[in-house]
Amino acid sequence: MSSAPPPLDPSIAPPGTRTFRDAGGIPADQWHADQNGETLVPTHCCFCGVQCGMYLRVDRAGKVFGVEPRNHDINRMRLCPKGINAYQQVNHPDRLTAPLLRRSRDEPFREASWEEALDFTVAEIRRIQAAHGNDAFGLLGGASLFSEKTYLVGKFGRVALKTRHVDYNGRLCMVSAAGANKLAFGIDRAGNPFSDILLSDCLLIAGSNVGECFPVMTQYLWGARDRGASLIVIDPRETAIARTADIHVALKPGTDAAFFNAVLNVVIQENLVDKEFVAAHTTGWDEVRASVADCTPEVAADICGIPAHQVVQVARAFAGADRAMAWHARGIEHHSQGVENCLTVINLCTATGNLGKPGAGYGTITGQGNGQGGREHGQKSDLLPGGRSIANPEHRRQICEIWGIEETELPPAGTSMMEMVWQMQRQEIRGLIGICNNPFVSLPNYATVKSGYDTLEFHAQFDFFLSETAANAHVVFPVTTWAEDEGVMANAEARVVKHNKAQEPPAGVRTDTWVMCQLAQRLGVADKFSYAGSREVFDELRIASAGTVNDYYGITYERLEETGGIAWPCPSTDHPGTPRLFEGGRTAHPDGKIHMQAVEWHPPMDPYDEEHPMSLTTGRTVAHFLSGNQTRRLGALVEQTPRPWVEVHPSHGFRNGDPVRVVTRRGSEVFPALVTEAIRPDTVFIPYHWPVPTAANALTIDALDPRSKIPEYKVCACRIEAAERIDEVPAPPAPPGHQAYPATQVSRTDPLPPTSPQGRGTAERS
Amino acid sequence: MMGRTIFIDPGRCIGCQACVSACRECDSHRGKSMIHLDYPDEGHSVASLPTVCMHCEDPVAPCAEVCPADAILVTADGVVQQADTTRCIGCANCVNACPFGVPKIDLQAKLQLKCNLCYDRTAYGLAPMCATVCPTGALFYGTVEELRAERPGVQVADSFTFGDVVVSTGVAMVVPADKVQWPVPGGLPIVEVNGKDVTR
Repeated sequence: MSSAPPPLDPSIAPPGTRTFRDAGGIPADQWHADQNGETLVPTHCCFCGVQCGMYLRVDRAGKVFGVEPRNHDINRMRLCPKGINAYQQVNHPDRLTAPLLRRSRDEPFREASWEEALDFTVAEIRRIQAAHGNDAFGLLGGASLFSEKTYLVGKFGRVALKTRHVDYNGRLCMVSAAGANKLAFGIDRAGNPFSDILLSDCLLIAGSNVGECFPVMTQYLWGARDRGASLIVIDPRETAIARTADIHVALKPGTDAAFFNAVLNVVIQENLVDKEFVAAHTTGWDEVRASVADCTPEVAADICGIPAHQVVQVARAFAGADRAMAWHARGIEHHSQGVENCLTVINLCTATGNLGKPGAGYGTITGQGNGQGGREHGQKSDLLPGGRSIANPEHRRQICEIWGIEETELPPAGTSMMEMVWQMQRQEIRGLIGICNNPFVSLPNYATVKSGYDTLEFHAQFDFFLSETAANAHVVFPVTTWAEDEGVMANAEARVVKHNKAQEPPAGVRTDTWVMCQLAQRLGVADKFSYAGSREVFDELRIASAGTVNDYYGITYERLEETGGIAWPCPSTDHPGTPRLFEGGRTAHPDGKIHMQAVEWHPPMDPYDEEHPMSLTTGRTVAHFLSGNQTRRLGALVEQTPRPWVEVHPSHGFRNGDPVRVVTRRGSEVFPALVTEAIRPDTVFIPYHWPVPTAANALTIDALDPRSKIPEYKVCACRIEAAERIDEVPAPPAPPGHQAYPATQVSRTDPLPPTSPQGRGTAERS
Repeated sequence: MMGRTIFIDPGRCIGCQACVSACRECDSHRGKSMIHLDYPDEGHSVASLPTVCMHCEDPVAPCAEVCPADAILVTADGVVQQADTTRCIGCANCVNACPFGVPKIDLQAKLQLKCNLCYDRTAYGLAPMCATVCPTGALFYGTVEELRAERPGVQVADSFTFGDVVVSTGVAMVVPADKVQWPVPGGLPIVEVNGKDVTR
C-alpha cells in the first residue's frame, strides 16, 4: 500500500492527473472513487469567460464520466449548471465520429473517409479561388477554441487559403469593449482581476445579467457586499443581481450612452471629479466635459425612461466611493454604438480616478470561454498575432518573418462576420470554412444569414455536434471536444489558463489542429503547418506575440500548471504576469495617457413607429450557452430550460403561457408569455439560444456598430399581439443529428461497488 | 448552537439551479436531484429559494417518526438519512409528514428519495455537492462562526412555526438582519380553520 499523499495547497492547480483522495483530502481507501481506479484530470470549463477550474472524472477505461469541483482560485470550487453538466458532451451519442460529405445540398449526408473529405474540400477551394480569386473563399473561426487553434485559424486563412476574409464569432461577443479599450488605453483587455472586486466599495454592473451569464462571478460581488460595498445595476430587466442591488436603473434598451453621459454631467456639477488624476493621466478631458454639458439628468431621464434622481444617485454612489469599479457585458456592447457605450463607462471611471488600483477599475465580462484570447492572435479580420494591426507595415513585416512568407503574400484586412454574410449573398464570397461556430442561431436577421449561406457554392464546418449551420454544409469535419486536447484560453481577466486532455478522442475524430494542417498540406504549404500538437503551436504563438502589447512569451505550459494561470502581458519566463493594468495611471498608449473620447448618444438603428412601438431585447439563460449547439443536447439543461419565452410586463394584459406574437421588421414569431413585473412595460425580452422557428435572432436587426462591427442584438423595434391559438407556439426543433439519450445521460455510469454503505442506494440502482 | 451544517440564504439565490445539477451529480443519488428550487414571488420578482432537507431536530425527523418500516435512520450527528432501500415500502408517509415538502417517492421503484446531506462527502469532511458548487453562497456549509466570519453580522434562524407547532432544524436559514423573528414562519400562514378566522 502506498504512503499517504503529501498535503497540498488547494489554491494551486496541481499539475497532472491525480487520484480522488489527493484532491479532497479524503483518507486513503475510504472513498469508493479510489477503489474504482478513478482519476481526476484538472482542467477548466469549456463555456463562459470565467473559466472555472474543474476536475473531469475519468474511469478505469480512460473515459470521462463525471465532474468534481476544483479549488482553483478563479472559482474556488464553485460551478454553475452548465459547468456541472459540461462533461456529458464528451461521450454524448450525438458526437460526430466520421466526416460527413455531400456534393450538393439536395443530397443527404453520407459518412466519408478523411482522405475523401479533405481532398474534396481542397478541390473546391482550388476551383473557387481559380475562378473568382483567393478572396472568394472565407474562413470563420470560433472563440470557444483554444488560443493555439485561434492562432492557427488566422495563419491558415492568410497563409494557406491566402484570403483576406478571416473573422470569428468573437465578433458577436466583446469586440465593442475591445474597441473602446484600444481607443482609451491602447490595450484590449479588462483592467482588473476578479479578485479586485472583493476590495471595491462600489460596484457598477452595466448590461450584464451576471447571475445567469456568469453565475460564478456573483461570489465576488457578494464578497464585496459582505464588506459593505454598494451595488448599482444598469439593466432594463430586474435580474437576480438587480433584485438585490442598492440602485437598479431599469433604463430603456439602447440609451446607455445618454445615461452615462448624464452621470458624468452630475459628477462634474457636484465637483466629484478627481482633478489631479485627470490632469496627470488623461488627454481629451476638455472635449468630454463639453460633450456632457447639455446631458443633464432631466435630459437623460427623458431619453432613458427613468426618474432623473437615479442619475444623481448613481453619480454620487460611484464617485463618492473610495474605490469604485465598473463591469459591463453584452447589454451595453451589443449596440450600433457599442464602442461609444463602453467609452462612456471608461470616461466615468477615468473622471473619478477609479483606474489601476486595488478595488478600483474597469472590466468587461467575456461571454465565450476564449472571447478574450480568441482575438489576440490573429483570428480577427484586422489583427495579426500579438494584437498587431494587419494594416501596419512594420507589424506585417514582423509576422511575415515569423511565418516565412513575403509581405506581398499577406492579404490586407478583410470584413467582419456579418459583412461576410452580406458578401455571400452578393456572391463575392462563394466558399467558406466555418470552425466551431453556429451563425444560423447566433447571427441576427436569420433570413439574411440563411440566404447568404444557401448561396455558397461550397461550405465546410468543423464541429463535434452537427450544429444548425453544419447541417447546411457540404462537408462536416468531426473534431475534438475541449476534454480531448490540451491548450490555453484567456478568461475575462486576461488570465491565461491551461486545459488538459482527459481522454482520447473517439475513433474517427481529429483535432482542429490536425485538420487545418492536413488541409494546408494539400494546399501546398505543408512546411508552414507541421505541428505535432498544441504545444508546438503554443511555442510559435509565444514567439509571434513577443514584444507586443499582448505578450505571451513568458507563459509556458509548465508555468500555467504550476500557477493556475498567468495574466498577460508576460514578457519573460520569470515575469509574474500582469493581473492589474494601469497601475500608476499609465496605459499602453505611447504617451502613457488615457485617451478620453467624447460621445454623443444617438437612437438605436431600428426606429420606433406606431406599428413597432416597443423594444425587443435578447439575452441568455443560465442553462444554455450561446447558440445552444452544445447545451440543447444535455438532458439536465434541456429539462431546466426547455424552450424560449417572451417576457412581458403585466400591463399588456397577458397571462402566463399565453401565446404572444412578437413582430419586428424582419418577421414574426410566437412565444409563450412569461408575465413579470421584472421588465419595463415598453420592453420585451426573448432568450436567444434556439433556432427557427423559436429564434430570437429571426427578429433582431443586422445593424452594426461602425467601428467594432458588432450587431445591435440588444435593441430593435417591435410590437406584441395576442396569437389566437396556443398551438401556434412552436416547440423548439431537436438539434440536428440528435439521438434520444439513453437513461445514463443524466444518471451517468454507476461506478459504485455493489456493497456501498447505507445512504447511497436509490431507485436508480435498484 | 448548531454544528457544521447547511445555511440557506435566499437573498443570494440567483435561481441558477447549480445546486440541482450538482445534487444529481453527487454519488449519493445516482442521477436524481434531491433539491427543490422554488420561486416564492413569481410574476413580481425573480426571487428564488433552494430547499434541501432541513434535518429536523425537534421533533426529531417527522418523516422518520411516521415511517412504518423504520427505514429512515437519523445518525448520531443529526443527519436524517434517506430511506434504506432494503426497508422502504414506498408508502409515502414521510412525504405527508414532512413540514417542508422534502421527501419524494419514486413511484416506479416504490422508494423514497430525499437529501441526506451528502453523507458520503460530509462524513469525510467535504461539503455537500450543492453547497460546494453554489456560485453565490446561497447554500453555505460550515459552522455559524465560519458563516459569520465570512458575512459579518449575518442573522440565522433554525426554527420554524407551522401554526402552533415549532420545528427546530439542523439546517438553518439566513434571515434579514432588520426582520429577525424567532422562529421563522414556515409554510402558508394559517388564516382559517373550519371556516373560523383564527387570526382574530
